[in-house]
Amino acid sequence: MNKTVDRPKDRIIRSQHVKLGTKNKMGQTYTDINTMFFEVEREPSFMTGSEVIRQAVKVASVGTSVAYPITPQSEAAALIGELYAEGYLEEYFRGESEFAVMGQCAGAAFGGHRVFTTTAGPGTLRAMENFPMWAGSRLPIQVCVTMRGVNSPLSIQPDTLEAHYLLETGMLMWHAETAQDLYDFILKGFIVAEQPDVHIPIATMCDGFFVTHTKDTVMLPPDDLCLPPYDPYKSPVPCMDMECPPVRMMRDPFVMKSNYISYSTHASWQQEIRAAIERSRKHTIHLLDGLIDVHNIDREIIMVASGTAVSQSREAIRLLEEEGIKVGLVKIKTIRPFPHEEIKEATKRAKHIFVPEFNLAGWLAREIKAIVPNNERVIAGPHVAGGMTMPSEVIVEEIKKYLGIEVASSDRRN
Amino acid sequence: MSKEKITMTEGLADIMPPEYQELVATATYGKEDRGWKDIGSSKELIEQHSLCAGCPESIAFRYILASLPNPEDTIFVGSTGCTSLVFPHVAVQNIHSLFGNQNAIASGLKRALARRYPDKVKDVVVLAGDGATVDIGLDMTMQSWFRQEKFTTICFDNELYANTGGQESGLMQKGFVAKMAPSGKNFDKVRLPEIAREAGCHYIAMLTVSKPGRVEKALKNAIMVAREIGPTYLQLYTPCILEIGKQSMEGLDEMKESEEIGGRFVMKEYISDQAQELIDTLAAEEKARKKAAKAAKTKKTVSA
Repeated sequence: MNKTVDRPKDRIIRSQHVKLGTKNKMGQTYTDINTMFFEVEREPSFMTGSEVIRQAVKVASVGTSVAYPITPQSEAAALIGELYAEGYLEEYFRGESEFAVMGQCAGAAFGGHRVFTTTAGPGTLRAMENFPMWAGSRLPIQVCVTMRGVNSPLSIQPDTLEAHYLLETGMLMWHAETAQDLYDFILKGFIVAEQPDVHIPIATMCDGFFVTHTKDTVMLPPDDLCLPPYDPYKSPVPCMDMECPPVRMMRDPFVMKSNYISYSTHASWQQEIRAAIERSRKHTIHLLDGLIDVHNIDREIIMVASGTAVSQSREAIRLLEEEGIKVGLVKIKTIRPFPHEEIKEATKRAKHIFVPEFNLAGWLAREIKAIVPNNERVIAGPHVAGGMTMPSEVIVEEIKKYLGIEVASSDRRN
Repeated sequence: MSKEKITMTEGLADIMPPEYQELVATATYGKEDRGWKDIGSSKELIEQHSLCAGCPESIAFRYILASLPNPEDTIFVGSTGCTSLVFPHVAVQNIHSLFGNQNAIASGLKRALARRYPDKVKDVVVLAGDGATVDIGLDMTMQSWFRQEKFTTICFDNELYANTGGQESGLMQKGFVAKMAPSGKNFDKVRLPEIAREAGCHYIAMLTVSKPGRVEKALKNAIMVAREIGPTYLQLYTPCILEIGKQSMEGLDEMKESEEIGGRFVMKEYISDQAQELIDTLAAEEKARKKAAKAAKTKKTVSA
């Protein structure tokens, strides 16, 4: 965990980009993230999660976006196309599959563009080979993952299983609870991912449909401001534009070598990617006000959740409170870096740690079990999957059942 | 990039490796009429290679790198295979990402570079083996042609998966016995040049690399047409001598035999009308430039 330091006035190092303060061709002023989020007044707007993605991309100074249709991200990807037609992006096109799209995104990022794309469920899995390649190539591409089911028979319903597959790809992973989170995470995500000491891809994740297809009030800065452009020459590896001298990368390709130098090169590069994830903490903590949010963590029962499971937990806590059962809450905002010390600290007094999740695997519960002492305290559940909603009453029932409190039949949800 | 960008500060000059020193002193970056004849007399953009002794791919690499019209602003995109073992030695930026996604990478790369450098030519060239181009990557190869992406795709056709040990590939001849084709391949060699034509390529050439002049001309045509008009495709026969049971010194003979009349690599070209017009214009300009240079030389001699 990072040492406590005095927070500077700026949340993150100010951009020094030469275009800062000038206008782009759409009349938007390139503005530092500190100003955009912490100095400028925001106005409320009522919109769907897909529209929020569009609104964030509109002010993100994105160079290239590549699209491919898959529910539930198609609407957002198409709305970004409209932005392109209006002139807000430099390049946009439809790829032929998610595998190809992620390659096209990589090409644009290798060429020095800020790149944004979206995917979901089976698309995420089809694209999977690309994600560790993005990370290994130090490409700060942002993919918005609007999570949905991955199973046969076909499901297009919400489910967060795909996040489990992304855990070790080397990407940053931020999990939005609400449309507001999603907007903030997209813009702040670019800034953190592009820091020279980070410079790896980021998956901004949200729960499909629950966030993408519902309307919510979102506080937005004026859209005549936009992020400073990406500067590819701040990358820790050369931009592939032949504007810096090409060097012979190595005398013999490591793939041909079965020796210790080869092994240690590959191993240390994997370690470096993970170290880059950890180095993102110091930027993220200030920009997101911590990797977790906590409420009443002095209580014996604590729920730890991410995404919309947090919202359901809040309501469950209210219902339990009515019955005199006091429960605390930890909201996890970043899955990578995983806030292990923060969670350990927040749950140190808890006797029971419930982890409600929208997937069958319970990947978040596993992550938490792996880091907290006395992990028999962690109860992996309740789980729903395959598109089920998780009514707060179900969480209440699960907790009461576990605590041995009799659940009245009228409370049961059949 | 210009040649100035590769020059060294005095303070670092003595610690730079000799091949870099040579690159600064004698590379043909910026030379207008660079071509395969520069090989041996100037610094080549490929230093060594880690291919088998006598591998025709190695000579194909040299011809291609010597003939690029604009190496100082050319970016290669490769794929997994024997070619990916050579790229780390090459003095041109190159991307190796995954197996088969080379034309997807090149699509994004070319578009981003075109936006970032609207007043500069940045050539993108894909160079991959036949497994990457025709089998695992065929979707992305063809889709980039459908979309009229403005870059050149070069396929080193060795008619099998060489790097993994000689397995059947789509470009293998029918009947050839190989790993994963234990009774012989049971379908025809995929006719990718014809497919490329139907998919929208404007310049296509299929040839061996036995004759460097031909390779140079085809490469230059392909790059200039891709730069100005749309996708182009070169399929170069670079036999895997190891996997077809030949000796190191037999690669050239194998290529020559295969391009004889009736052979499967008799040189074929397809040029769209638009591409032909461009090639003719460029040839006329080249002729005029040479004529002017000759006249200037004569005048200089006379006045001297």
